[in-house]
Amino acid sequence: MPAVQETVDQVRRIDIDQYKYGFETVIEVDKAPKGLSEDIIRFISAKKQEPEWMLEWRLDAYRRWLTMEEPTWARVEYPKIDFNDLYYYAAPKGTSGPTSIEDVDPELLRVYEKLGIPLREQEILAGVKTSRVAVDAVFDSVSVVTTFKKELQKAGVIFMSISEAIREHPDLIKQYLGSVVSTTDNYYATLNAAVFTDGSFVFVPKGVRCPMELSTYFRINEKNTGQFERTLIIAEEGAYVSYLEGCTAPQRDENQLHAAVVELVALDDAEIKYSTVQNWYPGDAQGKGGIYNFVTKRGDCRGHRSKISWTQVETGSAITWKYPSCILRGDESRGEFYSIAVSNGHQQIDSGTKMIHLGKNTSSRIISKGISAGKSNNTYRGQVSIHRRAENARNFTNCDSLLIGDRCGAHTVPYIDVKNASAQIEHEATTSKISEDQKFYAMQRGIPEEEAIALIVNGFVKDVIQELPMEFAVEAQKLIGISLEGSVG
Amino acid sequence: MLEIRNLHARIAEDGTEIIRGLNLTVRAGEVAAIMGPNGSGKSTLSYILSGRDDYEVTEGEILLNGESILELNPAERASKGIFLAFQYPVEIPGVATMQFLKVAMNEQRKARGEEELTTPDFIRRVKEAAAKLQIDQAMLRRPLNVGFSGGEKKRAEILQMALLEPSLCVLDETDSGLDIDALKIVADGVNALKSPDRATIVITHYQRLLDYIIPDTVHVLYKGQIIRSGDKALAHELEANGYADIIGQAA
Repeated sequence: MPAVQETVDQVRRIDIDQYKYGFETVIEVDKAPKGLSEDIIRFISAKKQEPEWMLEWRLDAYRRWLTMEEPTWARVEYPKIDFNDLYYYAAPKGTSGPTSIEDVDPELLRVYEKLGIPLREQEILAGVKTSRVAVDAVFDSVSVVTTFKKELQKAGVIFMSISEAIREHPDLIKQYLGSVVSTTDNYYATLNAAVFTDGSFVFVPKGVRCPMELSTYFRINEKNTGQFERTLIIAEEGAYVSYLEGCTAPQRDENQLHAAVVELVALDDAEIKYSTVQNWYPGDAQGKGGIYNFVTKRGDCRGHRSKISWTQVETGSAITWKYPSCILRGDESRGEFYSIAVSNGHQQIDSGTKMIHLGKNTSSRIISKGISAGKSNNTYRGQVSIHRRAENARNFTNCDSLLIGDRCGAHTVPYIDVKNASAQIEHEATTSKISEDQKFYAMQRGIPEEEAIALIVNGFVKDVIQELPMEFAVEAQKLIGISLEGSVG
Repeated sequence: MLEIRNLHARIAEDGTEIIRGLNLTVRAGEVAAIMGPNGSGKSTLSYILSGRDDYEVTEGEILLNGESILELNPAERASKGIFLAFQYPVEIPGVATMQFLKVAMNEQRKARGEEELTTPDFIRRVKEAAAKLQIDQAMLRRPLNVGFSGGEKKRAEILQMALLEPSLCVLDETDSGLDIDALKIVADGVNALKSPDRATIVITHYQRLLDYIIPDTVHVLYKGQIIRSGDKALAHELEANGYADIIGQAA
């Protein structure tokens, strides 16, 4: 059929044409020498002007990391990473840490402008940008600016880069850093503990409802540089915060590594809503280049009646290995995971969640929508674990996979582990293809093929899109559409 | 309006020939009924007219207003004015009926180089058309065809037809699965859309529907060919005597 050649051409075009954040910024950088050693860690720690205890923490992690093996259980394939062939620190020259907007290199401001990230508070306040969102902008290894800090301070909310927090709030850092994801949790988390460079720190004190959306925007620019993000969010008793992270990177032929650790702590009656729109460079049509996104994200519902909700829209990265999880420690605490994972081209995704029920009357909800197109592979891997003392725990899981074309794969690997007979677990899973019937029906009404697919896919992911903060829902929908362009087959 | 000349078509996958030298002309303003026994190629004809790529045209021509449509994809044909009311309308989960209508109407307008509808204008049109078909607002908010009863599905098809204002309507077994009340609502909806510059093809197995949608011409399709054409009386003859006689005469 003539359609086949057309499809081949379209598939060939994808990613390269569609990834609109693939530009590179030429900027003078301050880099650590290539490779990983105790000296490099000392270099990073010194650059960050860290106290001695922080350096010791890093070195301890590094020594342990040396004894660990890379995990191989995920359904992803990639050549072995040479960890000595990477740069672990790169910062735009003259920026050793965040400053006020006036001091930021105009070249950097242009980058964020191009990415559509609002950094100028005045414009936001004047209503040039419609939504009021505080942003921490992380460029390679450093945070370049954090907006609305003062206004947030008035409400008692601390929002700053983690590097600053280590210097300014050492007690909070000592108390919470590594308390959810321990230094030795897994290979990449341990590596992160040794070499993490920047990320965000959020502290919402008792009874405070954070007055605006917080967000961090991660950009990897430098070649052969790993980005090791470390984010820590604490909501004290009765506090509420909604946080969003966004990620992009230039198009490069080499693979780049992003190994992040995110820790959330919710005390009694606190709620944290964490949303991700991950759009790292996914590699070209042949599967060359792209980000390896190896991430450990975990929330601890430490207090009673606390709630942590993860929402993710994953469209980028060559490889994604990511399981945002909840430890439901407090009685009546609640964990939620809403995920849309879109893979196209040669992308590989192995993602899901873990819900660990420890407290009484804890509940969790998992809604996962995987969409595979091109030659990609998309795996949902999830665990629901009900511990012996978790009376009356409840879980609802729904995993739906949608296949577009016939050269991609969708896999669902749920683990359920129940040690208390009072638990109620529900699991639903479906795998479907966008049917020719649906596509034909929509086209018969005058809707062109790609719009028809986007419409059907957006219907498929609707349950999750609804969970995103409103400002980002529309953007996420568009992003999904763009990611699937050229997937028609 | 529509002219089909010596059409031959087969199933793309296995090459089975379904349409074997079909000729048919339908004029503007005309209601043409196509009747025939099971397996005669009735539904296939509706799919070929609307451009489904499961079928290949191997010979012949389909002209809409004098222009060949064979090279056009289904969406392009829809924008040229071809509308197919499906025998089995397809469910689209998560997409509200209202949203689907808006996308379809605006895509067709875009293809024809017209302005997109404003939201108030769109809502007004939908409300008017829905009221005539006794479709309530709650149904419009539900995902398209998901959990709709047989009658609701067929009414939703006619609603789309009314809003998209096609020049050629093809109704494929629209009466199937309808009780008499639902059938009347649907038939009224179709009759209300009759106009001098619109042609309608009613594909049906039984003459029942033709008591409500009165055809100007009746054509009997058998083994991929029109074997007999006539007026409304032909439908009654088929109802009384079955297809065997006509098939026998043709053979």
